Amino acid sequence: MNIVVCVKYVPDATADRQFTSDHTVDRVGVDGLLSELDEYAVEQALRIKEKADDGTTVTALCVGPEKAVDAVRKSLQMGVDKGVHVLDDAIAGSDYIATSLVLAKAVEKLGAEARVDLVMCGMASTDASGSVVPAMLAERLGLPQVTFAAVVETQGDQVRIKRDSDTATEVIGATMPLVLSVTDQTGEARYPSFKGIMAAKKKPMETWSLADIGVDAGEVGLSVAWSEVAETTERPARTAGEIVKDEEGSGASALTEFLASKKFI
Amino acid sequence: MSEVLVVVDHVDGAIRKPTLELLAIAKRLGEPAAVFFGGSEAAAGAAAKLAAFGAEKIYVIDDTEIKGYLVAPKAEALQQLVEKTSPAAVLFVSGYEGKEVAARLAIKTGSGLITDAVDVAAGSAGEGPVTTQSVFAGNFTVQAKVTRGTPLITIKPNSAPPEESAGAGTVEEFAVTISDSAKTAQIVASQPREASGRPELTEAAIVVSGGRGTGGNFEPIEKLADSLGAAVGASRAAVDSGWMPHTFQVGQTGKTVSPQLYVANGISGAIQHRAGMQTSKTIIAVNKDDEAPIFELVDFGVVGDLHSVLPAATEQIEKRKG
Ligand SMILES: Cc1cc2nc3c(=O)[nH]c(=O)nc-3n(C[C@H](O)[C@H](O)[C@H](O)COP(=O)(O)OP(=O)(O)OC[C@H]3O[C@@H](n4cnc5c(N)ncnc54)[C@H](O)[C@@H]3O)c2cc1C
Ligand SMILES: Nc1ncnc2c1ncn2[C@@H]1O[C@H](COP(=O)(O)O)[C@@H](O)[C@H]1O
Repeated sequence: MNIVVCVKYVPDATADRQFTSDHTVDRVGVDGLLSELDEYAVEQALRIKEKADDGTTVTALCVGPEKAVDAVRKSLQMGVDKGVHVLDDAIAGSDYIATSLVLAKAVEKLGAEARVDLVMCGMASTDASGSVVPAMLAERLGLPQVTFAAVVETQGDQVRIKRDSDTATEVIGATMPLVLSVTDQTGEARYPSFKGIMAAKKKPMETWSLADIGVDAGEVGLSVAWSEVAETTERPARTAGEIVKDEEGSGASALTEFLASKKFI
Repeated sequence: MSEVLVVVDHVDGAIRKPTLELLAIAKRLGEPAAVFFGGSEAAAGAAAKLAAFGAEKIYVIDDTEIKGYLVAPKAEALQQLVEKTSPAAVLFVSGYEGKEVAARLAIKTGSGLITDAVDVAAGSAGEGPVTTQSVFAGNFTVQAKVTRGTPLITIKPNSAPPEESAGAGTVEEFAVTISDSAKTAQIVASQPREASGRPELTEAAIVVSGGRGTGGNFEPIEKLADSLGAAVGASRAAVDSGWMPHTFQVGQTGKTVSPQLYVANGISGAIQHRAGMQTSKTIIAVNKDDEAPIFELVDFGVVGDLHSVLPAATEQIEKRKG
């Protein structure tokens, strides 16, 4: 099997995330890392590979600025076989539409030698949180999508997932090739072992430009985005509330008082 | 005035509340036209309600060839409807399905997509609607608009109050053709969620949540919730421990809620949890650690043990209600 995992480099959620003056996410001034939600996709890809035990190749694919190579490196340390980083100044500020185009073209290039059977994604990027790139990728690649998996099962070229939608628990099935996205319910992601970290240094790692994947610079980037951000505003900090210490039941009374004063009772 | 398509979210014809909110938003942007996927029987029942909340037109798309598959057929059907009606915008409920149908439709129609709007206003003349999003765990608001194609917007539940104001509700059957290639991801089984008897988490006016601090005993949380007519929520720690099903999880990888009141009990207030509740109007926390970060957000906080504070408070609330 040939598996591609799409991994995104995102600003650390626990750091002070910011926008730049052109209203794009600041990906340089804020510490970044491999999106935690994409670690689950890497983990599932590795489990599928281990279960298949047939010489499956897992490739980590990342579109992002120079530092984004960290996301690929971490994936290699976790155990994927090779890495591809699509890096091109023209990509900066791309929206979902352009990002999905670049990813799709890179997947097509990866599939030129051997068919890509599975394109795997996280359920959402932790910065944009759109949860739309996997569906867009499926549309662009003309593939079925099997998305938001809470449980993943594969057998030969068959994939079955369980997912919790708003109103039902569903089982979805499809035949490879397909796009698969996984949630953080699928199982803890492994930490890179010391051996993994050492091995990663010797794994193949390529950097591709837009020209390498046949995308015109005019098709991507902020200036051609299909949507436009006019304004970003930091939310004012919440005003400090009243905090009481519970002493012999005083907490419950104060809580009830507060609820009544706000007409919640 | 151009039509604004609202993709109806329903279960067997029962319209879910966020759709009514979308109709209210659609009215600001043009003429609300509901798009109903389903059989004619379910549609007949739903039509009256959609009309009562402002739908001028109701496009009914027979879902015989659609319902057994994941999102791709719906996107194809909507593409055909968008090409026929050239709407001013298409509105979806932000959820797995709404987002993914919108994502495929964006590529198919060459249209820009904005996800998870919490508000939408009409744009200036000749321009598309202006959306408001809440990003980075609610720390920023972003104003944006679509600049290409048909604006496709997914909107979070609770973004506008539903408005009862009758529209014509003219029903029009819209015939679509679904390609075989769209029918590839099959819904093999679907188990409807059992009703909890409590309000739906994302729609509730009050949410009472519990975290690791419950130690696995959610009874104090549930009793307080019931005394306030609230929905029950949980942190990921509580869900990961197997104490509550994932569908109760509030946060980045669970539900986003924005109720009038959110009560966090035994929850520390990690950024990923905040992402799902930070925009609640009023926030209360009960936590035995006075340094828990959740207290930075609260309007009112009690430093104490939830296992004694909540039952006592519940008793007092019941008494007051008489
Ligand atoms: C990618 C990613 C996504 C995530 N998504 C989510 C998400 O969607 N939702 C979510 O909630 N988390 C999410 N998390 C996890 C999040 O980071 C926290 O680990 C989690 O929210 C902690 O849950 P908690 O507050 O219940 O537990 P803890 O952080 O352990 O806090 C327990 C709190 O209970 C208090 N306590 C203990 N006993 C009592 C008592 N008897 N009475 C009163 N207080 C008591 C303690 O003082 C403490 O503050 C995510 C993490 C990652 C990395
Ligand atoms: N720039 C990117 N590089 C690689 N993968 C990405 C990128 N953007 C999005 N993805 C993938 O698409 C998923 C969903 O992203 P999003 O739609 O932005 O929430 C992520 O979890 C990744 O797997």
